[in-house]
Amino acid sequence: MTAKTETTQVYRVYIKASPEAIWDAITKPEWTERYGYTGLVDFDLRPGGAYKVRPTEAFKKESEANFGGELPEVIIDGEVVEADPPRKLVHTFRMLMDPGMAAEPYTRLTYEIKELDDKVCSLTLTHELEGAPNLASLVRGDQEEYGAGGGHAWVLSELKTLLETGKVFAE
Amino acid sequence: MNDDDAVFKALADPTRRFLLDLLFERDGRTLTELESELEMTRFGVMKHLRVLEEAGLVVTQRSGREKLHYLNPVPIQLIHDRWIDKFRERHVSALTELKAKLEES
Repeated sequence: MTAKTETTQVYRVYIKASPEAIWDAITKPEWTERYGYTGLVDFDLRPGGAYKVRPTEAFKKESEANFGGELPEVIIDGEVVEADPPRKLVHTFRMLMDPGMAAEPYTRLTYEIKELDDKVCSLTLTHELEGAPNLASLVRGDQEEYGAGGGHAWVLSELKTLLETGKVFAE
Repeated sequence: MNDDDAVFKALADPTRRFLLDLLFERDGRTLTELESELEMTRFGVMKHLRVLEEAGLVVTQRSGREKLHYLNPVPIQLIHDRWIDKFRERHVSALTELKAKLEES
């Protein structure tokens, strides 16, 4: 058992949607602003390409009202490692909203989309979080009671609901 | 696959809940590691892990020659979201009715 496997988190969700629809929902800002943390993603989908997430105006206002201070223009940054649409996406990830997390090393996210029977896909998200205990706690949903959202499980649950019903609970 | 019945059935067993607790404490364990925490045959533990995997509560990944088990909270989150939302809807509709009634009188 290495330290690496212990700091990895794995999530899987089954979604009644095409692999292309799921891919778009992960990589296009018009989709990502509709579920989970509602960040506007900006992917340069090639190895070495930039990955940035910017806050929506609504998110900015809410965050500034709840936590004070001004949000940076880019709240998450990273780099694309592998992009194989609509099957596999690997990119690095660093959260910049919180100084403690911004000081942690880049972590690594892998999305894998597999088409199963009956127009159902499995989406598996692996987050390698070596050396990033603060981010690990956030994405596990440990800080939900402090208004930090429910982490990956919550985001994926909302993503499934959005793709299958066309809306999320909050809408 | 991954429907509510499978999740509730998987969670109905104390050994399987214990296995999930073990993975919550430390994720990404091998069968051998999990087995060492239980007074049970390897075959018995495998059987329980299979039920958890079929319910989507455990996801396995290969790492070299090892198969690692990870706790997947998404099925529980889905049940939570759906039920909480149901209760919230009822709550809201009850308030809406109350408002309508009060405004009538």
